[in-house]
Amino acid sequence: MIKVKNLTKTYVGTKALDNISFSLNDGDILGFLGPNGAGKSTTMNIITGYLSADSGTVEIDGTDILEDPTAVKRKIGYLPEIPPLYNDMTVQGYLEFMFKLKKVRLPMKEHIAKICNMVKITGVSGRIIKHLSKGYRQRVGLAQALLGEPPVLILDEPTVGLDPQQIIEIRKLIRDIGKKRTVILSSHLLSEIQAVCDKIIIINKGKIITSGLTDELTATGKSTARMELVIEGRPQQVYSMLERIDGITKVIEHGECEKGCYEYVIESGRDVRRLVFRAFAKTDYNILSMKPVSVSLEDTYLDIISGKTEGVKDNVSDI
Amino acid sequence: MSAIFKRELCSYFTSPVGYAVLAVFMFFSGIFFWVQCLYVGTSNMSTVFQSMFFIVLFVIPLITMRLFAEDKKQKTEQALLTAPVSIPGIVFSKFLSALVMFVFCLFSYIIEGIALSFMTTPDWSVIIGNVLGMALLGSAFCAIGIFISSLTESVIVAAIASFAINALISLFDTIASTIPIDFIKNFISSLSFQTRYGQFALGLFSLADIVYFLSITFIFLFFTDRVIERKRWA
Repeated sequence: MIKVKNLTKTYVGTKALDNISFSLNDGDILGFLGPNGAGKSTTMNIITGYLSADSGTVEIDGTDILEDPTAVKRKIGYLPEIPPLYNDMTVQGYLEFMFKLKKVRLPMKEHIAKICNMVKITGVSGRIIKHLSKGYRQRVGLAQALLGEPPVLILDEPTVGLDPQQIIEIRKLIRDIGKKRTVILSSHLLSEIQAVCDKIIIINKGKIITSGLTDELTATGKSTARMELVIEGRPQQVYSMLERIDGITKVIEHGECEKGCYEYVIESGRDVRRLVFRAFAKTDYNILSMKPVSVSLEDTYLDIISGKTEGVKDNVSDI
Repeated sequence: MSAIFKRELCSYFTSPVGYAVLAVFMFFSGIFFWVQCLYVGTSNMSTVFQSMFFIVLFVIPLITMRLFAEDKKQKTEQALLTAPVSIPGIVFSKFLSALVMFVFCLFSYIIEGIALSFMTTPDWSVIIGNVLGMALLGSAFCAIGIFISSLTESVIVAAIASFAINALISLFDTIASTIPIDFIKNFISSLSFQTRYGQFALGLFSLADIVYFLSITFIFLFFTDRVIERKRWA
């Protein structure tokens, strides 16, 4: 279990993290979302002990990283944004070095072979790291993070440089790992976070903007979603009727789509389909189609980052 | 700790650096041995050790230049600093690997001593004493080099700066001779590596000199530890 409380970090006058708090249980997969410079990597670096926070605490299974850094570091597997690879070593030599560095107490050869098989690098285990492609380097980085089967896995952009097939494989691997262990990953690919994580924290300018379950955040987006309507009738009257319906916040007319029929896009704070239906059923204006426009996590994310949407959850520390 | 020590030591021989260092050291050691012992016809190797002092100034920055600078550049320091190893442990492992690499170079003296034994009876106590003295000198230079390496991401800058500082420390004698105030003159002179090492080369083992070199080693390793720790808090 990870507990992060009130983390604050300042780099030469710039606040990189401002009172970040969250907690995770075993088996959670948390996705960190945010634009460049939001504070994702800084948070990860503090959790792993690479950086120290100005204030705040990080606890893993009840142990504070400042009180017993060695014990906490034993429990973490970390893949930084740039994989920490020694270019002059072979893949096997590097993994053996990392195995010993992490003081893993499993049978070395068998464990490394198992990890290599998991991340599909068995075929290149004898090659010098500097001769590997970016995708293989990334997988070797992931392999070193998995060494010792740490209960907490922190992955900063784990699928960068991988081809689509490999991305699917690594995502599946992360999901499998996340069944038993806690995983924190950051990614610029929102689809990846949506596909892999069951919890999300959206961070911007060092602050948690919102956090929650992936389904919740996507659903939150849906409740504020748009609907496309095609309504037969005079556009001025239809437009003013739509505007008057309780809950509709915005109406956009997209012009005539077939003779006498006009297309509208409405935005609402809640589900207004029934209200719209009832309002028009009493008139001569016919609703020919009513279709919700699906809102992806990407839309929610972009809205939040651009400040269009307020934080969805007030209590951001409860995930 | 032993993992870092082994990796660093092996890395000298997976790149040309280790071989270049050994070749340069043994080449000059061989030249001085031939000119100052074999050619002159003496079994006293003290002058060889004194002459090698300046070669050590060049060689040790080559051994220490990449120890932290390359880790920073390649971002491998993240692997080290997030592993369950303490920062003093990391610093000491790297220092030990550099010192052992330097000690490999000193084996050339043993070979020269053996070569000498075919012709005459060498004074092994002087040779072993000098090897130990040079190891102490090397230990202080290695600690300074590692400290400089922890300050930069550039291997070249680390090498040049280490050499400059080593040279400056070695020039303390010359600097001291220009100072008219006796107290300052004696103080600066007492810090000179060359003066203190010269005692070993002459076969004079003084506890003060041993403590001096060990203290310099400890101080610079401590500084290195602080530099790395400070970066975590920056």
